Amino acid sequence: MMKTSDMTKMTYRNAIRLGITEEMRLDRDVIFLGEDIGVYGGAFGVSKGLLEEFGEERILDTPISEGAIVGTAVGAATTGLRPICEMMFMDFITLGMDALVNQGAKMRYMFGGQSQVPMVLRLPSGSGTGAAAQHSQSLEAWLCHVPGLKVVSPSTPAQAKGLIKAAIRDNNPVCFIEHKMLYDAVGLVPLDDDYTLEIGKTIVERPGQDVTIVAYGTTLAKAIEAAEFLDEEGIRVEILNPLTLYPMDMKPIIESVIKTGCLIVAHEAAKTGGVGGEIVARVVESEAFDYLTAPIIRLGGLDVPIPFNQELEAAVVPQRNDFVHGVYRLLNRE
Amino acid sequence: MIELSEELLLRMYYNMNQARYFEEKLDDLVAKGQVHGTIHLAIGQEASGVMAALALEEGDLVSLSHRGHAQAIGFGLDVNLMMAECLGKYTGYCKGKGGSMHIADVENGNLGANGVVGGGFNLSCGAALTQKYHQTGKVVLCFAGDGATNEGSFHESLNLASVWKLPVVFFIENNQYGMSNPVENHINIENISDRSEAYNIPGLTIDGNDFLDVYNTVTKALRYARAGKGPVLIEAKTYRYSGHSKSDKQVYRDKREVLEWQKKDPLLKMKEYLRENRIFTEKQILKMEDEAMISIEQAVEFAKKSPQPQLNTILDDVYA
Repeated sequence: MMKTSDMTKMTYRNAIRLGITEEMRLDRDVIFLGEDIGVYGGAFGVSKGLLEEFGEERILDTPISEGAIVGTAVGAATTGLRPICEMMFMDFITLGMDALVNQGAKMRYMFGGQSQVPMVLRLPSGSGTGAAAQHSQSLEAWLCHVPGLKVVSPSTPAQAKGLIKAAIRDNNPVCFIEHKMLYDAVGLVPLDDDYTLEIGKTIVERPGQDVTIVAYGTTLAKAIEAAEFLDEEGIRVEILNPLTLYPMDMKPIIESVIKTGCLIVAHEAAKTGGVGGEIVARVVESEAFDYLTAPIIRLGGLDVPIPFNQELEAAVVPQRNDFVHGVYRLLNRE
Repeated sequence: MIELSEELLLRMYYNMNQARYFEEKLDDLVAKGQVHGTIHLAIGQEASGVMAALALEEGDLVSLSHRGHAQAIGFGLDVNLMMAECLGKYTGYCKGKGGSMHIADVENGNLGANGVVGGGFNLSCGAALTQKYHQTGKVVLCFAGDGATNEGSFHESLNLASVWKLPVVFFIENNQYGMSNPVENHINIENISDRSEAYNIPGLTIDGNDFLDVYNTVTKALRYARAGKGPVLIEAKTYRYSGHSKSDKQVYRDKREVLEWQKKDPLLKMKEYLRENRIFTEKQILKMEDEAMISIEQAVEFAKKSPQPQLNTILDDVYA
């Protein structure tokens, strides 16, 4: 465990920036491209100050051409650079999908192992900002359906720093999903410039033995709030966070379900076709099936585009009470 | 005028003949049902594909189109490994996992043929960015067809390459058809190179069946890009004699049109040039043709004798 003296409090936004800054200092082949990431500092302020430190050669403001951003990153990665690129909103990856899915994700395999594509695609995701249907989506399930990509989703500032650094050092295309509502979240972050979090690990955020909850992104915080509330009633919820959504580390989830017999899987993304369904399928395919004492509950976004109105917007995604009632239902307390 | 040594002319004629025989042989194998999947032939386009790639210097890079066999041969790829890949063999460039549409030799600067029309434009910008950033002095040659210039990626790339002055030459083989759609039905301008004006870069339209025109123009364009002046767009007007792919019955065009273009055949044109200028004797010309044919016969033999990939390689190389 790291000493708190080696850590400092900072926001999720600053933790991502710190991770990028450290890696850019360590490796001159790391470059960063995206829209308005230079003087403007990025739409969400993540790249503020990077232009001053690293210059125009490494912090590349691009035209508004997402296909060109992702495709250029793939081409640069294949030939020796380690590009980070930013989609201003995750929604805009729709405009870069050919470069990501047909090119970057497949090159190594279809060329028989000849190439590697070490790039990071930063994707500000999620609802809650009042930006309506085209700027609020959580499209991670699409990305998790493409062999060759890796998909990570940090929920805390420390996780954000550890995973952005690991993603930059990884020799594959890594989709880094950063939820916009987490940018101002504050937490302790290790200052060690060699601190990384291994990609491909699910972690236990909170131990317990009565019910297993798997949650990531902003739903993790809501699950933790619910668990604290339930604690007072003597219900011990175990919370797991699949920091890497693809390829996912299922072992800790299966072990937890064997222990608790009850499972809630949650995410903000639309429920139908979501990552949660895949987690559930893998649990019921495993030896944990025999230990289930109640039907599994999936909490997901409603199957609607994200609406603009604040109340409607909040009603689309799972909230703390959805977890509480889910746990009651599993334990026959309702 | 660019000096052409005898050695270079020999390689040009030999490679163009190799490209022709390679594809005729492949077409024959497809007809016999010996090739799994499809292939895209560029028979009739050898001057543009081979000559453009031959103009590159050591260390330059290429991105090939889906119709890329001639381009690959011009770039210097080994026909044995190419044929093995087309037959899905383990000895092929991609260990049988890519096939004709994905022939690549990344270590040597061939970033791969691309199955997505227009898929190579942005990749080429990225590869060019690496050259600029590392100050290698190398240039990327990006091949694509006329149809690809209607993709958004074409316009995004030309714009980006122009703004960033990337060392890339976009080489469009206008073979008159986007699959079945004649070029006049999908592009409303006479010359595709005119599209360069919108991005403030040089644009040239050339006779894609004239080996000298292609070689000289690409050589000059590469010099321009290498000097740090930015990208160039070249349109080579040419023609494919074969259908789009193996399933194409060519109902969209008149056989007479094909015969007209065959009178302008790039190999015949080069042969005439060699004869007129008395560069090689008739015997030497025949010898080059024979050697090219033999190299392809040997490639087929190599490919046929090569092992299939083991089933246990199926999960290899998804991740680095």
